[in-house]
Amino acid sequence: MIGFGCWTLFKKEVWRFLKVFVQTVLAPAVSTLLYLLVFGVVFEEAVVVYEGHSYSSFLIPGLVMMTLAQNAFANSSSSILQSKMNGNIVFMLLAPLSSLEVYIAFLGAAILRGLITGGSVLLIASLLVDVEIYSVGLILLFALLASGVLGALGIIAGIWSEKYDHLSAFQNFIILPLTFLSGVFFSIQGLSPFWQQVSAWNPVFYLIDGFRYGFLGVSDVPYLQSVWVALLFLVMLTGISVAILRSGYKLRG
Amino acid sequence: MSIPAIELHAVEKRYATTHALKGVSFRVEQGEFFGLLGPNGAGKSTLINIMGGLAQASSGKVEVMGHDVVRDYRNSRKRIGIVPQELVYDPFFTVWEMLTIQSGYFGLGRENHAWLEELLDTLNLTEKRDENLQRLSGGMKRRVLIAQALVHRPPVVVLDEPTAGVDVELRRALWSFAHRLHKEGHTILLTTHYLEEAESMCDRIAVLNQGALVALNDQQELIAQYPHQIGVVDQILDGELPQLLSSAIISRSRNRTQIRMPRVLDADHPLLQQLSAVGIQLDQLQLRDPTLEEVFLDLTRSAVEEEKR
Repeated sequence: MIGFGCWTLFKKEVWRFLKVFVQTVLAPAVSTLLYLLVFGVVFEEAVVVYEGHSYSSFLIPGLVMMTLAQNAFANSSSSILQSKMNGNIVFMLLAPLSSLEVYIAFLGAAILRGLITGGSVLLIASLLVDVEIYSVGLILLFALLASGVLGALGIIAGIWSEKYDHLSAFQNFIILPLTFLSGVFFSIQGLSPFWQQVSAWNPVFYLIDGFRYGFLGVSDVPYLQSVWVALLFLVMLTGISVAILRSGYKLRG
Repeated sequence: MSIPAIELHAVEKRYATTHALKGVSFRVEQGEFFGLLGPNGAGKSTLINIMGGLAQASSGKVEVMGHDVVRDYRNSRKRIGIVPQELVYDPFFTVWEMLTIQSGYFGLGRENHAWLEELLDTLNLTEKRDENLQRLSGGMKRRVLIAQALVHRPPVVVLDEPTAGVDVELRRALWSFAHRLHKEGHTILLTTHYLEEAESMCDRIAVLNQGALVALNDQQELIAQYPHQIGVVDQILDGELPQLLSSAIISRSRNRTQIRMPRVLDADHPLLQQLSAVGIQLDQLQLRDPTLEEVFLDLTRSAVEEEKR
């Protein structure tokens, strides 16, 4: 049963990141736009990834997705770890909330932060360059799936981490390589067969590829395949997150 | 017989290298002011954490107002309010925001705001209502923790060392508030290091030591059933003393020596003979009942010695 308690936890999580809007939304958006300015200017004339589409048009969906994914992850992971370290997680643990309610609340807030941050990048980018839109529905679907997958991963990372060092390792050694090596700046068609094989195992690649399809109508793999891969990861990570929350692992002594 | 406020059946808690609770069983009746005493590391906080779902028992069963804290956690948590020992707070929020959030976790919305206002007023927090928790003094943070534990009007209130590190004025205010809650019908479970507090407030007392329940009774009975009395001699006994006498000495101060003595004393009891050997006769001893503190210290010390053997 999902009740008012779950809604309150969701609102509290959203309230938390909005209270530090500059740090949680504005700063990541500005950093991503710097990528657009630097890479867009340098490669605009020199690189054509998909015939008939400028490099900026190719780059923007990747950058939006990268921002969205990283912020969805950061929201759930840092909130849980911070609450654990400050000890104030007891307030949530003492409440009559089920594991599923806790999961939904944290995931919902992570998705919202991902969408707001990614949306801000897209909005500002659209003022600087022409942004192509092929299917708004697919753009929204992949935005939701991506922030969901990374938000769920953030919940697991937040519970598993005992200090910021652990979380930083998770971010720098798992999330960052997965996002950078997923076709944000290039198409995997241009890679050697070995690296193409490696990319095929990277879930973020499918999220970006499908998301980009929503903008350009062109992708490296069929977008339906990307939808299934993303759904599979979301279901898998949901199962793991709820099981961990239910077990009390690293939360309930 | 009414449903007990708290009931524990053979509660065990094992960590990798520690056996924190060793089959603890007792019940707290509704409307009681119950004291849970024990030295640091006795397992008091672990037991409280299990009651609130902050920790999981390795085996055994805990019920709050008849609701199992694991199988029926929603109902048990709605009936218990725990004031944690540590001064924890969420630095992102103000006092009012935190109270409305906590109240919302229990499914309570605007209809509960009048009660939240009343809590602010009762705990003298109204002026701090819109202050960020980070900016509050330790005493104010403690008051907010109490308010947070009461947002859902729980019938059972657990105060885990609420007066640790607070000044005298706040301590008095907290006790008066605890008394008021008790009078209003709440069951109070209190852990404290200040035995005089437990002595003056609690109906019954349980003593935990090294994870085991070593005593449980009405405090007068706890004292009456204690097999020792205290003998006071108006002189300092030191130097080479016989072994039995030496180990019975509780304290030496201001020209007085206090000795733990059996309640039933035969004239030929070895302790009396040893006292006589150092020049103290029975009529020089002033005998009195022990205080709760003396019983507590002796119980916990005995258990440690038992453990060592």
